[in-house]
This record gives sequence, C-alpha cells and structure tokens, in this order.
Amino acid sequence: MTDDLDDLKSMMADATPRPDAARRAENLALAQRNFDALQGSQGDARPTAGTGPKGLWTGVKTMMNAMTSKGGLTATTALVACGFLILTPQGQGLLRPPSPPQITMTEFDGTLRGPVVTETAVGEMQTADDAPVSAVREETALKTPATDLAFENSSDTAEAMASDAAPQLSASPLIDALEVAPPAPQDEIAESIASTTTRMRVAGQVAPTEAMPTAPAAVTPKDDYRVAPTPDTEAFANADSNPLQITAETPVSTFSIDVDTASYAVVRSSLMRGQLPPSEAVRIEELINYFPYDYAAPDTNEAPFRPTVSTFQTPWNADTQLVHIALQGQMPAIADRSPLNLVFLIDTSGSMDDPAKLPLLKQSFRLMLDQLRPEDEVAIVEYAGSAGQVLAPTAASERTTILRAIQSLGAGGSTNGQGGLEQAYSVAEGMAENGEVSRIILATDGDFNVGLSDPSALTDFIADKRETGTYLSVLGFGRGNLDDATMQALAQNGNGTAAYIDTLSEAQKVLVDQLSGALFPIAGDVKVQVEFNSAQIAEYRLIGYETRALRREDFNNDAVDAGELGAGHSVTAIYEVTPVGSPAQLSDPLRYAPAATVAGSDELGFLKLRYKAPGEAVSQLIQTPIRQAGGPDSEANFATAVAGFGQLLRNPQYLGDWGYDEAIALAAANRGEDAFGYRTEAVQLMRLAQSLSE
Amino acid sequence: MRPTTVMRMMTNDEDLAEAAAAGDGVAFGSLLDRHYDRLFAFCFRLTGSRSEAEDLTQDICAALPAKLASYQRRAKVTTWLYRVAVNAAHDRRRKRATYTKATEGWGDWEINRTAANQETDAQLDWLTVAMNQLGDDLRDTLALVLDDMTHAQAADVLGISEGTVSWRISEAKKMLRAIKQKEDMT
Repeated sequence: MTDDLDDLKSMMADATPRPDAARRAENLALAQRNFDALQGSQGDARPTAGTGPKGLWTGVKTMMNAMTSKGGLTATTALVACGFLILTPQGQGLLRPPSPPQITMTEFDGTLRGPVVTETAVGEMQTADDAPVSAVREETALKTPATDLAFENSSDTAEAMASDAAPQLSASPLIDALEVAPPAPQDEIAESIASTTTRMRVAGQVAPTEAMPTAPAAVTPKDDYRVAPTPDTEAFANADSNPLQITAETPVSTFSIDVDTASYAVVRSSLMRGQLPPSEAVRIEELINYFPYDYAAPDTNEAPFRPTVSTFQTPWNADTQLVHIALQGQMPAIADRSPLNLVFLIDTSGSMDDPAKLPLLKQSFRLMLDQLRPEDEVAIVEYAGSAGQVLAPTAASERTTILRAIQSLGAGGSTNGQGGLEQAYSVAEGMAENGEVSRIILATDGDFNVGLSDPSALTDFIADKRETGTYLSVLGFGRGNLDDATMQALAQNGNGTAAYIDTLSEAQKVLVDQLSGALFPIAGDVKVQVEFNSAQIAEYRLIGYETRALRREDFNNDAVDAGELGAGHSVTAIYEVTPVGSPAQLSDPLRYAPAATVAGSDELGFLKLRYKAPGEAVSQLIQTPIRQAGGPDSEANFATAVAGFGQLLRNPQYLGDWGYDEAIALAAANRGEDAFGYRTEAVQLMRLAQSLSE
Repeated sequence: MRPTTVMRMMTNDEDLAEAAAAGDGVAFGSLLDRHYDRLFAFCFRLTGSRSEAEDLTQDICAALPAKLASYQRRAKVTTWLYRVAVNAAHDRRRKRATYTKATEGWGDWEINRTAANQETDAQLDWLTVAMNQLGDDLRDTLALVLDDMTHAQAADVLGISEGTVSWRISEAKKMLRAIKQKEDMT
C-alpha cells in the first residue's frame, strides 16, 4: 500500500518542474505591490478589527484580488464602457450640468506678463476669469475648449487606469489597467455627478463669502468643470498619529525638523474640489510650517537660528498645556548671496498634458525667472520619450533664450527617462564652481521613472549625490497620480524641500516669495530633542512630525540625516503636555515608581537642538531649559489653530468638544499682518472643511 | 528597532506572518520568498500543468496580502498557505468549469511536456492518466499527502475530518492500483 504512494511521490517529485525564475520574481513583486497597496489604503495597519469603511474597502480589495483575469476582464469591460460614457466629451455633455466657460491656463499669460507680480495682479486674475474666453491667447493655447476637454479626460482615464495602488492580477497590461475600476458603474456615474455638483456648490460658496485677494477658487477655474479622478493612485507618506507618551517611561522625544509644505497644498486642493482630504494626506507639521511666522530672529553673530519656547493653556483642554517651540532662521542679506546654479529636471511624459501640470509649471518657472540674478545660471533637462538637455547652462540674464526653452517644452510620449536624473546631476556638477549653490528642481506629476526604477536605489543615489553638494527639491503638480510618498523620500534624501503646486498663487509662494529660503540652506540636519521633567510633566504628546521621528540615539549621531533650514525659514513644533496632578492625566501614576529625582526643579523640560553649518560634517549643539513662561502671542495662537485644524482632519481623538468653530475663531483672531493672505486662506479652508464634514 | 535581515533568517514562519499581518512589508516579502517554491510545487500537484501552476501561483500571490488578515497565530503558516492555495484552485476550477474545460489541466500536460527520457515519459503518462481519473477531491487530498503532510494536517487544510482524509487516500490508492492493473493487462 505504502509503496504505491511512495512510487507516486517520487514520480511526482520528478515531474514537478522548477518554477520559472522570471515568473517567480514577477509574482513576488505583484504580491509585494498588493501588500503595499493594502497597507496604504488601510492606514498603517491599525490593530482594530475591519469595521466600517475600512472593512468595506478590504472587502472590495479582497474581491478584486480574488477575481481572476477572465472574470476581471468581463466585469471591467462593462465598466469601461460606462467609463467611456462619462469620460468622453459627448458622454459628458449628457451627464454634466452646464459648466462655466473653459478657461485655459494660458489666459493668465496676459495678466501675468507685467514685470511685477503682486497680490493685486492675482486679484486681477480673478476678474479675468469673468472675462469672456476670448482673452489673450498664445500660440500654444490654440486649443478649442472641446479639444482641451478631450485631452483632460483622456489623461484622467489614463491616470485612473495606470494604477499601482490597486491590486493587479495578470501580467497583461490591458487587464492590469482595467482591474482598477471600482465595483459598480452606476455608482460611479452617480458619484461623478454628485461630486461635480458639490464642486459647483463649493465654488459658488467660496467666492462671495469674503473679499479675499487670493481666493483660490478664482485661481483654479479647472475645478469648476472638471470631473476629478478618484485619487486612487496617490500614495501618501504618513504614519500613525504620535501617541501619548508617559514621561516616566519615555522622557525623551526626538525628531527632525520639517519645512516641507506639500501636505498643506494637497489638503487645500482636496478641499477646493469639495472633498475632505484623506487623513493620511494630512501631515500636521507641514500644515503649521506652511505659514511664515514672525518669530524673534537671531542676531547676526549668533547661531543661524534662534529657538523660542513658550507655554500656554491648550485651547481644547483646560487641564493641559501646550509647549510651543519656534525656530527662526536668520535672513542673510539677499544682496550678497552667492550665485545659484539651477537645473530644472522636468517630467514631460504624456500625463503632464493637463492645464494643472505642464502649463502651470511653465508659468511657475517664468515667475521664478524674475527672481534670479544675471550671474545665476539655469539649465533644463527633460525626461520623457525624448529625454535630454533642453537648455544648456545659460546665464539668467539671457531671459529670452530661457523663456523660449521653457515654452518649447511639450508633453508627449511615454516616460522613458533613462538617465534623466543622472544627466541632471552631471549638468549640475558641470555648473558648480567654488562657493556656488547647485540645486536640481524636479518637477513631476508623480511619475518618478527618472532612470532608476528601484525606489531604494533612487534614494540611495540621491543621498550619495547630496554629499557632493548638489541638493534636490521636488515640485509636485496635478492630482490623481501624485506620489507624495516618493516626493517626500526624494526631497528628504536630497536635502531639499517637497512642495505641491496646485495653483499659480502657490507657485508664487514657493518660487517667488520664499525662494531664498527654499534655495539657500543656512543650517543642515537640524534635530530637536526634548527631555521632559517627570516631576512636572506626567504625559506629553508631539503634534505631527510622525514621519520625522528619530531614535533617541540618532540625535548625537552626525551620520543620521535630518531636515534642512533655509534662509528666513521658521519651524514650529507643538507638544501638548499634561502637568503632574492634572485631572486630564490619562494614565494612572505607578504605585511603585521611583521617587522623582529632581523634584526641586521647576523646569518643564530641556530642549536640545543640533545643526550643521552648511557644508560642515560636525554638528553643533544649542540647549535651553523649558520653563513655564511666555503665554501665547498671535503667532503661537495661529500655529495652535492650525495644529487643531490638522487634528480635526486627521484624528480628533484628543480634541474633545473643540471643533471647527473654535479653530476658525482662533485662527481668524490671530491672522496678524498676513501680508500675502495665506492665513486668510487658511481660515477659508477651515470653513470649507467644516461644511464638508457636516 | 526593527529586526534586521540577519535576524529575520532566524525568525520562524509564524512570527513573520504575524509581523506581515501587522503591516511589515519586509516580513511579508521574506515569508513569501521562503515559501514560493514549495507553493509552486503544490500548485503543480493540484493542476498538473506548468502554465496552470504558474497562473494559480500568481492568483495566490495577488490575493495573499488581503488574505493575511485571516491568518491566525495558532495555525501553522504552511497549513494556512495550503488552505489558501486549495481554495484558489477551487475558484479556478469553478471558473474553468463554466468554459467546460474541467480537466484540461492534466490534458494540457500531454501536449506540453518535452521530457527526454522514454521511461520517464511512460511514467509521466501514467501519472497524467492516473491523476486525471481521480476526482478533484481525491486529487487535492493526494497532493497534500504527497507533500509530506500527515492526514491530520491535510484534514486541517481541507477543513474535513481526519477520517475523511484517510478514506480518500485509501480510495485514491484503490483507484491507482486499479489503473495500474488495467495497464499491466494491456
């Protein structure tokens, strides 16, 4: 009996082929992709049971995963048929309420041509929107509204289809593309209509409420007619919210500064589309640090930045306090800055053909060009089907040459950026002379196929190049395909900043108003470490900075990379602390805890900062005790309001009854001078979020 | 903080699966890498065709991240993995049945094989014919037992009692013996 089986077994063993190596690698990669996609969609694997929307989502994923190629093809073919109905201009005409006149980005050309672009100019743009479509048109803008719409929609389809995040079942690219589709086509149509109408309602709501010079609704006419793609393929870098820490157990909190602003712009872009942003898109520290603050600046012979610490009562909890830590970088005299070498590395793949992408990018770079000095140099490298250098290093004084090169950029073809990044670095290295700052500015809609396809190889490459003194900043354009996680990783490794440009006014903020901060680092690898005094503070919680957490021992390790501080930048970090004996304490004190050692000290904690002067390898230390002091000024109050807003969007578990009304009141009362209208805009966004969350 | 790759080599399957279920992508990757070849061989046993086995393995890989949620620590990872594989094979067969190609798998093999050795050829033929004549249930059970699983483990994977497994195996043996006798006579 057993012999039969043994024979069969050895026969079977002989017959069993080795798995095909290529298929093996493919399948493993597929599994990993699906795994990552699942993690992304669920938030970072919280140990709660699959309930509510998360459970539903998992269900959909499971269903998609279980679908085999044939089933998937059948189901999705029908879906695509419906998709074409929605996405073709003809189909859309039937499904959409009448839309306002089509306005292409190029119409802004006429208004923005003026030598100085000020807030008034932006105000004028608003009026330009109301003007008939026959405004100034340029050679590139000779598209009829109908063609424009067609382009727009086809790229949307492509975006929605070319999904990494969605599970993929088959090697066939067609089926891969189709697998993305959500469950029921009818729902999708209904949703499109619903979201279109919501957006129209929202747009109508924004403009009249307050006479704001920067009312972004006016600057983004695209929102008014566009059927937004479900942001399925977007990947956001985030981690679970920082938990409450018990001082007796973990007295030390360590993190790197973060001066990126991408998260704020993504939040704004979502709200302006009439949707609450996905909570993983909200990085609270980036919301707070989006705004310029009027903190005390350092004296010239001091360290490059000055820390200011104040403590005050938490608005959302009467029994806790906020420790507000502000770093203000010095503003070196702009007049004697060293010449700049800029290499624009521009994604010109087909997906960039969208009014919110390449045309906006061209406009943005024009604005920036006005900020450069004659001795600065600019080079342009594009990556797409026709990868290569578009503009050899050219002095900024040759404005016409540069403008022509920018204008000649056209989106098309597949992304085949073999060596795009390497080429940009080699151009930058060729431009660098002693004492000059070189920086690559990568502009993309999320397609990071810049020659190195492996993400970790890419970040390693950039980290390696960072040592040569060439920095990398990333500008994100457009929604739908945005790979925020990769953007963050690249910019952090390249000692640069990541910004997301959704409107021309955002381009102005990033590339004009705050250009010197973005381009001239004054301190590198800035790390913050706070040790709380367990005799005074029972519990603490850092608001935001989840993706910037450092290990305690990394603070003194100069080999560990951290955030850069640019000229004139300010950085804010806020801790919510619970004093010993406060009724707000969430954890019970330990019965057998060792007696507090420095009971006599009235210090709340001790703040330590490390930074490196630009180009140096050894860090310097700044330290100062944190005392019960200060009280909130309008700057700290505004930062607090934004911190509260971020928590409302992300996870309001610590806020109690404190809601949008309170956040709006606090922010509105502390707008300060607000020369550029950023804070006014923030208040407006809070109001939008409030109405959307109801 | 996180276990390094070296440490991972030592970690047992169950720890890896738990880490993966909690969202650790590296753990998931190394777990699957560790079991891929065995999984593929098992898929081959279930389907009898190399290309079918490749496709089935792909299905499983694609669905595995979502299935991780169903992994429970008290089960062995191999048991759980085989259960996923058997279910995936069932799904596949059910879909195939609608195309009235229910037994195509082992039939395909006849066309695709390129074995050189005459004697092996004959044995493979026999294997093909034999496996084809067993029903799906017997084949699944046999595939598990041929992979050094005890009847109890196979029962656990298939969600049936140990007695049923033993019965199925003896049925399979009977059928195989009958096939063999028939061949010997001709």
